[in-house]
Amino acid sequence: MKRGKRVATESTNTSGAGTKGNGRIIAYALIALAAVLFALAIADGYESLAIHPMDQFEVAPLFGGEEIHWYTPTNVTLWMGLSIAAIAALMVMGTKGRAVIPSRSQSMAELAYGFIRKMVEDVAGKDALPYFPYIFTAFLFILAANFLGLLPSSFTPTSHFAVTVILALTVFLSVTTIGFVKNGAGFLSLFWVSSAPLALRPVLAIIELISYFVRPVSHSVRLAGAMMAGHAVLKVFAGFAGAMGLASIAPILGVVAIYGLEVLVSAIQAYVFTILTCVYLKDALHPHH
Amino acid sequence: MAEDAAHGAADAAHAAADAGPGMPQLDFATFPNQIFWLVVTLVAIYFILSRVALPRIASVLAERQGTLTNDLAAAEDLKRQAVEAEEAYNKALADARAEAQKIAEETRAGIQAELNDAIARADAEIAAKSAESEARIAEIRAGAIQSIEEVARDVAADVVGAVAPGQKVDADALAAAVAERVKG
Repeated sequence: MKRGKRVATESTNTSGAGTKGNGRIIAYALIALAAVLFALAIADGYESLAIHPMDQFEVAPLFGGEEIHWYTPTNVTLWMGLSIAAIAALMVMGTKGRAVIPSRSQSMAELAYGFIRKMVEDVAGKDALPYFPYIFTAFLFILAANFLGLLPSSFTPTSHFAVTVILALTVFLSVTTIGFVKNGAGFLSLFWVSSAPLALRPVLAIIELISYFVRPVSHSVRLAGAMMAGHAVLKVFAGFAGAMGLASIAPILGVVAIYGLEVLVSAIQAYVFTILTCVYLKDALHPHH
Repeated sequence: MAEDAAHGAADAAHAAADAGPGMPQLDFATFPNQIFWLVVTLVAIYFILSRVALPRIASVLAERQGTLTNDLAAAEDLKRQAVEAEEAYNKALADARAEAQKIAEETRAGIQAELNDAIARADAEIAAKSAESEARIAEIRAGAIQSIEEVARDVAADVVGAVAPGQKVDADALAAAVAERVKG
């Protein structure tokens, strides 16, 4: 309570000091950053100027060696483990107090819980709530992996098709199974648009069928593509910054802007993946148009 | 630096192996590894959530809901009590007012009765007094008439004596005549 009050007064103080001070601090920070990068570029002796934007996606063994077996601990293991740690820190350590009046971390955990739970309930209906733990798992994993991937020199598991395809296929296969188990052959009425004229229905059925099987493709490529593109662009701009000496202030500003965009994209892609999962689940539980 | 070198070596190795488009995402050799660790990760997160985090958050939310409901009910109860207290107060006030009115009415009636009594008594006294006065006036009047007759008789006797000296006057006849004249 006391700490919160102190922080609040501090923040009012800062805002009281005016935006002029903030702007100046940011400008100094940027100049300092540019100077450091410039120094680094000189120190490196221009040997690393070639831009390798895709290097950051390389899967490499953690403890040396060349072979990558299915069990080898790699950077994939490391960053997935870190996302487990981040999720555990938020959802388990953060809610340790079990307080009726929540702490900040508990409040965040509750907000995440309420957000996804409400999404599942609103989009897929009350009978989708048994699947909420898995949907929440997928959401938190994608969110944590996306955000951790924004740390400089980190690795982003969700930028790999291997990961997103498995995530999307899990959803696709389980949704299809649930659809047939819950509705039997009635699940096929998903493809038979009864509100359309009879002559059109076979055509629509083919279109619906194709779109149904394209779902896992778009579901997985969207996430991996968004993460990969953003990170690659960041790397390209950073490479420019290394190459341009003093003029590198321009690409650095570009990196800052794209980084802000990537923060947004990280959250939005996790959200999109989750809400599409809910939509597909809704189709499985209530296939009748 | 060493890592960079390792990266470069790995890159070269991959490039040699796949001769692909240089996208690590399409290096299928790493797929089993990624899929294995993904499954491990998902299972771990699933168990952390479903065994620990979700029941805990659900119970906290339920507890909070319960607390809110209880507090709201308590507030409702207190509000009801306040309304009741106000009603009791108003009722007491109305009762007191009615009581005061009644007492005032009674007092007024008592005073009125006393007043009426006193007035009646005073009236009676006045009536008695005036009857007495009238009696005395009548008496005085009667007395006065008698005195007039006496004076008239004496005057008549004297007048007769003066008009006809030595004439003997019949007292009874004189009295009758005077009485007749005084009456008439």
